[in-house]
Amino acid sequence: MLNLVANNSMVTEHEAAPDRITSGPRGPKPRRTLSRRNIVVYGTLIVVALYYLLPLYVMIMTSLKGMPEIRVGNIFAPPVEITFEPWVKAWAQACTGLNCDGLSRGFWNSVRITVPSVIISIAIASINGYALANWRFKGADLFFTILIVGAFIPYQVMIYPIVIVLREMGVYGTLTGLIIVHTIFGMPILTLLFRNYFAGLPEELFKAARVDGAGFWTIYLKIMLPMSLPIFVVAMILQVTGIWNDFLFGVVFTRPEYYPMTVQLNNIVNSVQGVKEYNVNMAATLLTGLVPLTIYFISGRLFVRGIAAGAVKG
Amino acid sequence: MTSVSVRDLSLNFGAVTVLDKLNLDINHGEFLVLLGSSGCGKSTLLNCIAGLLDVSEGQIFIKDRNVTWEEPKDRGIGMVFQSYALYPQMSVEKNLSFGLQVARVPQAEIDKRVARAAEILQIQPLLRRKPAELSGGQRQRVAIGRALVRDVDVFLFDEPLSNLDAKLRSELRVEIKRLHQSLKNTMIYVTHDQIEALTLADRIAVMKGGVIQQLADPMTIYNAPENLFVAGFIGSPSMNFFRGEVAARDGRSFVQAGGVAFDVTAYPARTRLQPGQKVVLGLRPEHVKVDEAGAGDAAHQAVVDIEEPMGADNLLWLTLAGQSMSVRIAGQRRYKPGTAVRLSFDMGVASIFDAASENRL
Repeated sequence: MLNLVANNSMVTEHEAAPDRITSGPRGPKPRRTLSRRNIVVYGTLIVVALYYLLPLYVMIMTSLKGMPEIRVGNIFAPPVEITFEPWVKAWAQACTGLNCDGLSRGFWNSVRITVPSVIISIAIASINGYALANWRFKGADLFFTILIVGAFIPYQVMIYPIVIVLREMGVYGTLTGLIIVHTIFGMPILTLLFRNYFAGLPEELFKAARVDGAGFWTIYLKIMLPMSLPIFVVAMILQVTGIWNDFLFGVVFTRPEYYPMTVQLNNIVNSVQGVKEYNVNMAATLLTGLVPLTIYFISGRLFVRGIAAGAVKG
Repeated sequence: MTSVSVRDLSLNFGAVTVLDKLNLDINHGEFLVLLGSSGCGKSTLLNCIAGLLDVSEGQIFIKDRNVTWEEPKDRGIGMVFQSYALYPQMSVEKNLSFGLQVARVPQAEIDKRVARAAEILQIQPLLRRKPAELSGGQRQRVAIGRALVRDVDVFLFDEPLSNLDAKLRSELRVEIKRLHQSLKNTMIYVTHDQIEALTLADRIAVMKGGVIQQLADPMTIYNAPENLFVAGFIGSPSMNFFRGEVAARDGRSFVQAGGVAFDVTAYPARTRLQPGQKVVLGLRPEHVKVDEAGAGDAAHQAVVDIEEPMGADNLLWLTLAGQSMSVRIAGQRRYKPGTAVRLSFDMGVASIFDAASENRL
């Protein structure tokens, strides 16, 4: 009899046990969407985004309005009548000094400056970085130190000496001269970038290639280059935006017919004669900023893909 | 006939001496293992032989040819690295043929050699894949294949199995041994893993501080270590050491260590042990007998502290007269902690070192 009671109590305990397990927390912990943390994070992000987007919004709206509508003064209002006239004028007719062929001339000048400067500077800097990281030649450390110190010397100090050097070389005032200047000034930071990247690649890969009989150039072209897409994209973003946005070197080292787009934009916006055409100015500014913006959008995606591809190393 | 010969090799990085007047002769077809803890100079020595590091002093001969100033590719060596070092953007086939293409070997010959290497290592199905699509074991096989296609006399392995998990490591270890038996090339193999060294090597060079401590076949290294460092480095768990003093009584020799007197009359000493001499007695865990002492044998009382059953064998940690020691016994013999046991020792396979010079006596 006693045994039976004991058995019974055991049975009930067994039945109760599963209940305890199922009633407790189970599976992923629920997260509230509208938590205090989310509100703070997203709130801040939205406010900051608006702060940066507002000027862009005003510029685009103004560039699409006619002058009469701008004179009304309501800068936040969208255009009543959309017109692309200011964009056409900025590109093809706006006057700087004597010539009135718009920003197009500056655009092509900038292209002719940026493309060779970017290619040459990246090519040289990547080889520099590769040599510094993998071939520990005599005086490599000294060379690298000098290069890095070069990155900290203010540009303004060097302008006049460079003018003289370019004049002696016979390339002062030409696009060639400006390309040389851009290439040289890109060198410290780009070499540092490439050196660190190549130094981060496994050293044994380099050793294996040497045992396989590959020399300086074969290792660079066949082994290192194909593994370095991400860093080349980073260098390209840096150089394209840097050189395209450059104003100082453009205005100092070239003649008016070779002025890059930024200098020409300044001349259009700051011209004192006649009426201030705000819509044309806005359109011209947007046109000038379009190239770096496009580079960010296109290569930003490439950049991420490059990193993902580089992540699975062999 | 020597295959690789290192003469008076020194290497300094600035003021730091990594290798100091090192001499090493490796016979043709020999499997030599360079064994040591990290920073002992074993990988540096391998890199010097490969030609990846310039030596500060000395000479290197491969097949009786002075290669001290030769480029790595001209030395007749193939090398396998710890991180595999496969070219990530190339397929397995390209990885294997890259060196041959650089050397402008005719395409027909390249195809032949790649096919042979792929067959030997059984990686034919992987030839089209990229290294990223391979497992660790497959990658290391390809890395070995890259050395194989070069058709060289000397293979250099720089810790090739250290990046693999335990199971793969033991599998590939057997494969490397099989490869050596069929190819009969000279192989120099760097590792810090003593199991790899003992299982693979014809001879082991145990290194410490850029100096070879002992160069001998695995069994000699294990059973008759030349000095205290080698004795402590080889073997897991480590050899039991007892510091003491030699004493002589009734025509028998003893090592008096703490409260224990070990009878070492049976020890095959190179020179007679002098009474009063300070020595270190080394006993491997498997050379201690537990509760097996016969009636006439000297036996010592000890207490079991911890038991570590490992399946095939059972490791006991004991306290013998205040000193901790480990003993390996058969797996089915179990002891509870606290049990008192009787120990007897096989002095014929013990090691005795001079306490001051740390060399074998």
